[in-house]
Amino acid sequence: MTYPLDPRLSVLPERLSRIRKVVVFTSSKGGVGKTLISATASLTLSRRGIRVGLLDIDVTNPTAHIVLGVDPSKVKPVEDRGIIPPEVYGVKFMSPVFFTEDRPTALRGESVSSAIREILSVTLWTGVDVLIIDTPPGVSDELLELVTNIRRFDAVVVTTPSILSIRSAMKLLDLISPKVSGVAINMVQGKSASEVTQLIKELKLPVYVLPYDPMVEQAIGNPQKMLATEFAREVDRQISSSIMSSLLNKDLNHQ
Amino acid sequence: MHEWALAEAVATSLSRYIRDVGTSKIERLIIALGELQAIDREIFEFALSEIMRSSGIDVKSLELVTEEAVFKCNACGYEWRLKDLNIPEEIRESIHFLPEAVFAYVKCPRCGSPDFVIVKGRGLNIVGIEL
Ligand SMILES: Nc1ncnc2c1ncn2[C@@H]1O[C@H](COP(=O)(O)OP(=O)(O)OP(=O)(O)O)[C@@H](O)[C@H]1O
Ligand SMILES: [Mg+2]
Ligand SMILES: [Zn+2]
Repeated sequence: MTYPLDPRLSVLPERLSRIRKVVVFTSSKGGVGKTLISATASLTLSRRGIRVGLLDIDVTNPTAHIVLGVDPSKVKPVEDRGIIPPEVYGVKFMSPVFFTEDRPTALRGESVSSAIREILSVTLWTGVDVLIIDTPPGVSDELLELVTNIRRFDAVVVTTPSILSIRSAMKLLDLISPKVSGVAINMVQGKSASEVTQLIKELKLPVYVLPYDPMVEQAIGNPQKMLATEFAREVDRQISSSIMSSLLNKDLNHQ
Repeated sequence: MHEWALAEAVATSLSRYIRDVGTSKIERLIIALGELQAIDREIFEFALSEIMRSSGIDVKSLELVTEEAVFKCNACGYEWRLKDLNIPEEIRESIHFLPEAVFAYVKCPRCGSPDFVIVKGRGLNIVGIEL
């Protein structure tokens, strides 16, 4: 065995060890709704009384704070034997934006990985039972960093009903298949999803169908308003409820 | 004091290492502190000693060496040092938490490109263990 080992990698499992479920939202294509779903799922889980954390690992373009209405120049994590994420509507929220203040940030691959390791190794998720992770699109350095260094997580692959998006999603499914716990088809209008649902059903994975909701745009930055949308109702009914019941099932198994 | 979290990372990594080689004693341990991360040396040293003691790692001599931070531009090849820059206190604080935040605030002093690398002196590294 050789050293130096990256000390951050050694402590990373310990930092996540008391979290009961880590759910990572991913997609092949950009702009399919990962951030919106991650933030909304976190808010609805919190409303259900689950102790939830939300981690944005899109290092070069974090946006989850915009959905939550967090101003990174005003809200800051606290330093106490580690970094403690601030709480937003009951959600413990961590994002690189707290340190880059939403300025354009030019990072190459190695630095992206390093930034994620740093955040994962110093953030203390004390009391958090479910951690939601929002990722950038594609097979990114960010995603690979998670796949390589986090042993236990569920991935939800997000796609739109477009065949272009679905085809790309299939490739991603292939790559991280043992970790995939479901597929979310987002921005569904009318019957556009029935065909693709069929396609995905062949994968024998849970499929969540989320509507295109024009109210979503005006609710960005306002969690109360977001929680009142049809979109949030469906995220809650399909995604958050299944996360919650998987926690309950685990409890039963332990008895 | 997130120095404690960093010290914990080093201690975890060390205890795994010495367990693998089958010892609990380290004669000499050298840790490099990258200038960019600006770790508080005293707090870090205290935290590391405490954590190592409580996890039964016996270190005879601990040396902390500071590694100067050096950057290099990918566009024009220019190299510069942290001390050539004038970074305001609150930004230093952000960089202390996340050294990669430097990419949000610094550009190449010669050509203005945002595309540069941290050649050395980023953060914490175990650079020497003598058993
Ligand atoms: N169900 C929906 N109804 C209406 N608009 C939506 C819906 N889902 C997402 N949007 C809109 O689509 C856009 C992209 O959403 P979002 O930023 O969440 O996608 P993303 O997958 O996180 O993007 P990126 O890949 O860039 O990270 C946003 O403007 C968002 O408001
Ligand atoms: Mg996004
Ligand atoms: Zn230059």
